[in-house]
Amino acid sequence: MAEIRNHTLNFGPQHPAAHGVLRLVLEMDGEVVERADPHVGLLHRGTEKLVETRTWAQSVPYMDRLDYVSMMCNEHAYCLAVEKLLGIEAPERARYIRTMLDEVTRILNHLLWIGCHGLDVGAMTMTLYTFREREDLMDVYEAVSGARMHAAYYRPGGVYRDLPDRMPQYEVSQWKNARTVKAMNENRQGSLLDFLEDFTDRFPKHHGEYHTLLTDNRIWKQRLVNIGVVSPERAKQLGFTGAMLRGSGVEWDLRKKQPYAAYDKVEFDVPVGVTGDSYDRYLVRMEEMAQSNRIIRQCINWLRVNPGPVMSDDHKVTPPPRAEVKSNMESLIHHFKLCSEGIHVPEGEAYAAIEHPKGEFGIYAISDGANKPYRLKIRAPGFAHLAAMDEMARGHMLADVVTIIGSQDIVFGEIDR
Amino acid sequence: MSAKLETLKTVLTQQLAGRIQSLTLALDELSLEVAAADYESVMRDLRDAPELGFEQLIDLCGVDYSEYRENWTGRRFAVVAHLLSLAHNWRLRVRVFALNDDFPLLPSLTSLWASANWYEREAFDLLGVVFEGHEDLRRILTDYGFVGHPLRKDFPLAGHVEMRYDEQAGRVVYQPVSITPRETAPRIRRNTRHAACDGDLEHG
Repeated sequence: MAEIRNHTLNFGPQHPAAHGVLRLVLEMDGEVVERADPHVGLLHRGTEKLVETRTWAQSVPYMDRLDYVSMMCNEHAYCLAVEKLLGIEAPERARYIRTMLDEVTRILNHLLWIGCHGLDVGAMTMTLYTFREREDLMDVYEAVSGARMHAAYYRPGGVYRDLPDRMPQYEVSQWKNARTVKAMNENRQGSLLDFLEDFTDRFPKHHGEYHTLLTDNRIWKQRLVNIGVVSPERAKQLGFTGAMLRGSGVEWDLRKKQPYAAYDKVEFDVPVGVTGDSYDRYLVRMEEMAQSNRIIRQCINWLRVNPGPVMSDDHKVTPPPRAEVKSNMESLIHHFKLCSEGIHVPEGEAYAAIEHPKGEFGIYAISDGANKPYRLKIRAPGFAHLAAMDEMARGHMLADVVTIIGSQDIVFGEIDR
Repeated sequence: MSAKLETLKTVLTQQLAGRIQSLTLALDELSLEVAAADYESVMRDLRDAPELGFEQLIDLCGVDYSEYRENWTGRRFAVVAHLLSLAHNWRLRVRVFALNDDFPLLPSLTSLWASANWYEREAFDLLGVVFEGHEDLRRILTDYGFVGHPLRKDFPLAGHVEMRYDEQAGRVVYQPVSITPRETAPRIRRNTRHAACDGDLEHG
């Protein structure tokens, strides 16, 4: 009789289904996982150490690079923490812009997630569909900030500038003739808000396409239903937040429970799962996209009729307008001081959390009154989720591990920091 | 929110009588400081008392206070935990200082909240705080075989070693760092609230 032995399997760090650089050491009994030990830190860049040596404003771009698929949400948490310490609040228009772009980011994140999750589990076409819509939203990012990914658009005190009045246009090239370009530019004739509104008109149809492709798909259900079940009690114990917690049937959404920005002024529903398996988490995130679309529309309507400042006029925190710097002595001094020394944040500590697409993303900042943070702790939702990998994967087959990683919506930028 | 936190403050004062070192309400957040000896029992009560109901440990991190305001005289290492109650919708920050600066040791919370596992591993890795009772206290974020605790204030930003591929040896080797540290904006602490103080403006 052949001797049967348990063996250890190295999954990653260079595995396409490991979502980046996850090294998973799996102890297997045949094809069944007995223990999963995630080794993280392969993308560790020491963000928390780096921000201690940069001024408060200089650290905003570091936040983009944490969860690099939901850039603006990371900035949002950081700006809220700094604003809390400074005792200032962004103007109302800036808060609406932040709300709108947070939801754009949520759709961006969930589209990438469903595309990659589908790819991992065998639904190869998903990315082709989702990247089509992501392209439009990336253009929104580019139009407001100039960068398609690492925007650095939210600043302590507001947002960098108001929404643009016109969208960038495609140009005729040797690959695209005038007719193609005209068709491509059709929805880019108006302002950014027009472009985004056009997107929200189209999105429900596309959202329906994803449902058609996956929700009742037999293979998709076989791979997801009853995989990685987490009870509500365990979900709380394990520090789950966001869609992971709601998938387990706990109704908890910071946008409703501890509103920030303009979330108390917009209407939306919070989807909640029942069984806490991967399929429920899938359904929760899918519905979140539809709700985000709803929030974006409400924000567009508000932003159209309510012009106003988008940056706090406290020029000891935010830089004064360029023209003023040229003509006004006081503004010149402010500008010089802000660019050489930066903001001085009063001594104290603050924790600001937002409902990030992945869960609760929090920034805990300690200031001793200097122009740089004394200590900054980034509370990344994925860190707590991945820590539960062992518990979720135990007793499942090897192929289910891929499903569980997918349903956790893991991104290593935020876990490794 | 403030009214709610006042309620929480009252409940905490009743429930944890005698074990509170300080309880401050600032910036709409409640911070509790406890002694290392009471840490575990306080955390257990915070979780189990239905009036408090902190069922989630949202975050736990270590802090090295040695260079705080350049004149720090207290203990060097602290652990700061952020708790969240879903039932009551309130948060609490708990800070505890480790008694020994050379060997910071605190009880582990892994038996109370499962999420403490990785957070404590991280605090151990980055700051060298040891958690008694943690069953799997390995490094988590730094490299295999890493020496030192990078978030300690006496650890240089560039680190001590760098790695490269060695042609001759045919493998990756470690060597002392070759880059020199560069500070673009010096650290300045002022008593005034903002960058430009009023005195500057008068001279301008």
